[in-house]
Amino acid sequence: MNDRFEIPARLRNTSLALIGVGVLTLVMGAVMLLSGNDMDKTRFWAVLLHDSVFFTFITGVSIFVQAAVSLAQGAWLTAYRRVPEAIGANAWIFGTIALIVTLCIIFGFKDSHGVNTIYPWVTPGTDKILLGKKAFLNPTMFIGFSVATVALWGFFGNKFRSYSIAQESAPKNDTKIYWKVFRLSGLFLIVYGLSQMSTIPWLWVMSVQAHWYSTLFSWYNFASAFVSGMSLIMLWVVYLKNQGNLQLVTKEHMHDLGKFMFAFSIFWTYLWFAQYMLIWYANIPDETVYFKLRQHGPYSVIFYANFIINFCMPILILMARPSKRNYFTVTFMAMVIIFGHWLDFFQMIMPGPLGEHWHINWYEIGTFMGFVGILIFLVSRTLSKSSLIQNNSILLKETAVHIA
Amino acid sequence: MAIKKFAVAAYDDEDVLFPAVSKVRRSGYKMHDVYTPFPVHGLDVAMGLKETDLHIAGFIYGLCGTSTAVGFISWIYTIDWKINYGGKPHFSLPAWIPITFELTVLFAAVGMVLTFCYLNQIMPGVKKHVFHPRQSDDLFILTLELNNHTSEADAIAFLKSTGAKETSIQMAEESWWYGRWDKKEEYEALNA
Repeated sequence: MNDRFEIPARLRNTSLALIGVGVLTLVMGAVMLLSGNDMDKTRFWAVLLHDSVFFTFITGVSIFVQAAVSLAQGAWLTAYRRVPEAIGANAWIFGTIALIVTLCIIFGFKDSHGVNTIYPWVTPGTDKILLGKKAFLNPTMFIGFSVATVALWGFFGNKFRSYSIAQESAPKNDTKIYWKVFRLSGLFLIVYGLSQMSTIPWLWVMSVQAHWYSTLFSWYNFASAFVSGMSLIMLWVVYLKNQGNLQLVTKEHMHDLGKFMFAFSIFWTYLWFAQYMLIWYANIPDETVYFKLRQHGPYSVIFYANFIINFCMPILILMARPSKRNYFTVTFMAMVIIFGHWLDFFQMIMPGPLGEHWHINWYEIGTFMGFVGILIFLVSRTLSKSSLIQNNSILLKETAVHIA
Repeated sequence: MAIKKFAVAAYDDEDVLFPAVSKVRRSGYKMHDVYTPFPVHGLDVAMGLKETDLHIAGFIYGLCGTSTAVGFISWIYTIDWKINYGGKPHFSLPAWIPITFELTVLFAAVGMVLTFCYLNQIMPGVKKHVFHPRQSDDLFILTLELNNHTSEADAIAFLKSTGAKETSIQMAEESWWYGRWDKKEEYEALNA
């Protein structure tokens, strides 16, 4: 079966236009914000941090999905496996952007008092709490974990894809590559567990408020990233389906993806609430400072919107079986979930550095559009380079008759 | 709750059963039910059964559980028996969420099991007519509901033509009734 994806001119132009908007925003931001006061400078870097971290996480999920499904020997993904492969193979590019942004923040950013307001642990001064955390929160550790993560995600993302392409020219019913991918998947889960599920959210996101900590934080980040990463795969599958590609994908496969979007929205809420309730119940000032700013402070709009968009909407709209099999509702909900979790990351990162001076304005939206443009450009380019169906895969028949 | 007349056909192969089911649907006979020893994939579609509304019932039971929990706990803690727990407000929603969640699940689960039993007419202590003793062993049993105007001979001939191994005409109670199979004599004596 041959199923090639030719990038439509409209998609390419849209992605280039979005990248153009992003570059323009970056230049305007550099001119207007970097010359401004401390808050403007902080806003410039914090927004870049927010978007690069968000996009690294949601693209990295695609590698995790491939690894988890390979390890479980599931066939339901095979019909559209090229989509997570294409997204996962580009995760390292977003990771590199995030790495550049975080390094710029660590080494090139200080406010007029000589304090790093985004990563306060870089300039601990005489702060006892920050000095106590110096063994872990220091530039060496940060760079070590970040570089290792981006490199390993790049290695595994591209390795999964190249094995999948190599399978096409392998002899029929040959299982050699299948078991190689199987072993590699086990290794990647360890890498992912030590990066996305623990250290990376601690270093990149939680250390923005370095005084505060939560043992649940990385899981919470993972849940947030996973549900939006699944929505991202769903958007690409729906798009390719509308282009007439991916003939093997039926409503049964859509239903599976929809179930993940629904179930992991609930899982996200579970972690969100678990983190919230323990802090609320114990009522220790060290911990409640995190929610005081978000729930009662200037972020209360985003705090409640976050809960409504990411819990109430998915549970009410995606619960029924027909809505998970309907192209319109799943596309709409995928966009809502991605936006909702973008807001979730916004309220994780912004309160620390910006306090009450937060905006969602031309700079935030323009940067987001720029990253969306990069994502569309990279993923469509990778998708067009190979067949959209993993020919010769030993799971091809099983995936064709899959029932959700 | 009525005694009706049924034409019963037994098949020994799924590959015969599926064409027979579609022939019955085309013929205009009223199909009562199909009994199989194990779940047969796609048979519900072949029989033209509607998708169940059990999940909607489950959603409503869940809402009942949620409102019972929130209503009851908030009545206790804000009206009936106010206790100061570590300076928390009397109306402390976050603390009630776990119990609300559990009651939602409990109501939905128990309600759906009972509704499932009702819809399928199964329950401890109730009886249903068994059309063929091998319907839980190795035969697929298809039953047609006949009325006074239907010709028994025609129905039997039709079922034979679809490949049935055995056929019979039975007068039977169509729905469930109280009783136990192992206490049959006692009940009959009681009713006599």
